[in-house]
Amino acid sequence: MPSDRLIGEPAWLRATAIAATLAVITVMLILPLAVVFTEAAAKGRAFLLAALTDPDALAAIRLSLLVAAIVVPINTVFGLAAAWAVSHFRFTGRGLLVAVMELPFAVSPVVSGLIYVLMFGLQGWCGPWLAAHNIHIIFAIPGIVLSTLFVTLPFVARQVAPLMQALGVAEEEAALTLGASPWHMFRRVTLPKIRWALLTGMLLCNARAMGEFGAVSVVSGHIRGLTNTMPLHIEILYNEYNLAAAFGIAGLLAAMAIATIALRMALEWQHHSSLARGSAAIWNQPV
Amino acid sequence: MTARYPALPGFRLALGLTLLWLGLLVLLPLAGLMLKAASLSPAQILALLATPRSLAAFRVSFGTAALAALIDLPLGLLLAWTLTRYRFPARRLLDALIDLPFALPTAVAGIALTTLYVEDGWLGALLAPLGLFPAFSPSGIVIALTFVGLPFIVRSVQPVLADLHREAEEAALTLGASHFAIVHRIIMPPVLPALLTALALAFARAVGEYGSVIFIAGNRPAISEIVPLLIVIKLEQFDYPGAALLGTAMLAASLLLLLAINRLQRWTAAERAYAI
Repeated sequence: MPSDRLIGEPAWLRATAIAATLAVITVMLILPLAVVFTEAAAKGRAFLLAALTDPDALAAIRLSLLVAAIVVPINTVFGLAAAWAVSHFRFTGRGLLVAVMELPFAVSPVVSGLIYVLMFGLQGWCGPWLAAHNIHIIFAIPGIVLSTLFVTLPFVARQVAPLMQALGVAEEEAALTLGASPWHMFRRVTLPKIRWALLTGMLLCNARAMGEFGAVSVVSGHIRGLTNTMPLHIEILYNEYNLAAAFGIAGLLAAMAIATIALRMALEWQHHSSLARGSAAIWNQPV
Repeated sequence: MTARYPALPGFRLALGLTLLWLGLLVLLPLAGLMLKAASLSPAQILALLATPRSLAAFRVSFGTAALAALIDLPLGLLLAWTLTRYRFPARRLLDALIDLPFALPTAVAGIALTTLYVEDGWLGALLAPLGLFPAFSPSGIVIALTFVGLPFIVRSVQPVLADLHREAEEAALTLGASHFAIVHRIIMPPVLPALLTALALAFARAVGEYGSVIFIAGNRPAISEIVPLLIVIKLEQFDYPGAALLGTAMLAASLLLLLAINRLQRWTAAERAYAI
């Protein structure tokens, strides 16, 4: 296939590059993934099943699902609103707004948890008031939800805004001219146009919400069966040298990661025209 | 406030919701962090930051992150080049796999890499006879951060390589240019800014990384202890001002990097537009 390479580019160079690429991908990406599933299966199916149905493990799985179920819809609604404001209107401070929206991707996950501890922790700004009213945010589920909301905040807006901007508003204006109400216009014209980018953003938001470790670790308090999400439960099992059980839960999360990548790829291949890859390359931001 | 499309509805509602969302979740808590750190006197700040343990943590965090980003640079360039330029079996599958470090939860990556590189692990057993024991040392941190940063390089460079006009290279070859001249004069100018952006992105991500590092690092104070872990330790000791100060320092570093990345991305876009 001459068009695949520089004319005159030696074949040995090409073969070496491909071989080196395969080696790098194997060592750096395939082996870590393989070790997860190998270790998960190390003690047999019965042990794995017992580890996954252990009450603490089930509680962790339930909590992770609960957090994702709260976080994804909230960040989807606000992400859509932000994308609409940023892509179709020019106003003072627009650039600053976009920069602030990027912040959660730039700061350390530990700082993302720390800011809520300083806000709502016992010695934090609102701590005494919350304690007096017996409201628990830190070392409880609300803190986990808040810090997860923070770290997953930009996903939907960053997928949707570039597409909204690229597609323009001709159809929306036509709908309005023809007498559609704003809500009708949004539901019947805008939403169908951006649905695949929206779905991709929600998918990525969900993956991060289920897998977040650093931010959640700071605010959770690690109470077994109560405030442990799946990643935190993995840490506890691992530190107790219960490797097979730790990798059992890790296997579930790794499977979720693979499913996320596969779904995203499928969406991109099927709807390539409506999901220009370059412009929607959210992963290019520090996560 | 000028609307690009004056007839378009929903501006007030959308902007209002956005400001509420960002204000409550991002700005207010970040202001709380900085206020907490600002409540310290300069002497206290110096006493907290200039301890050997804090200084060592900053050295470890920034040093390992820089090293990992530099290791990722040639590896990522190789992967981007091969995956963009050549056609071979399973190319699309391997290309999809590049996103793994983005999608795999950091705790999972952490325990997987540790298990791989401990002395009797799949890779650790190969390195041990050579006298290399990367797990539970700064080298382990570099390994974890290299994993985390790799996709930033590949995904930043790939679109630029895909945009390159093959005709220019072919024309240069017909005119007698050497391969070196082609790489130097045609391929490098648009790729270089993308590479620098990628380097900054990988570094920015690595500096704050926590989950994938703490399992493999060994976490020995002043040797393999990163700043995010020190923040967690300060919080566990209820040293809120100390944690806030370290957190503010990390936030400042992130903001500076964000600014640099923004500049680099503009340069990349300009060079890309020029190359096309």
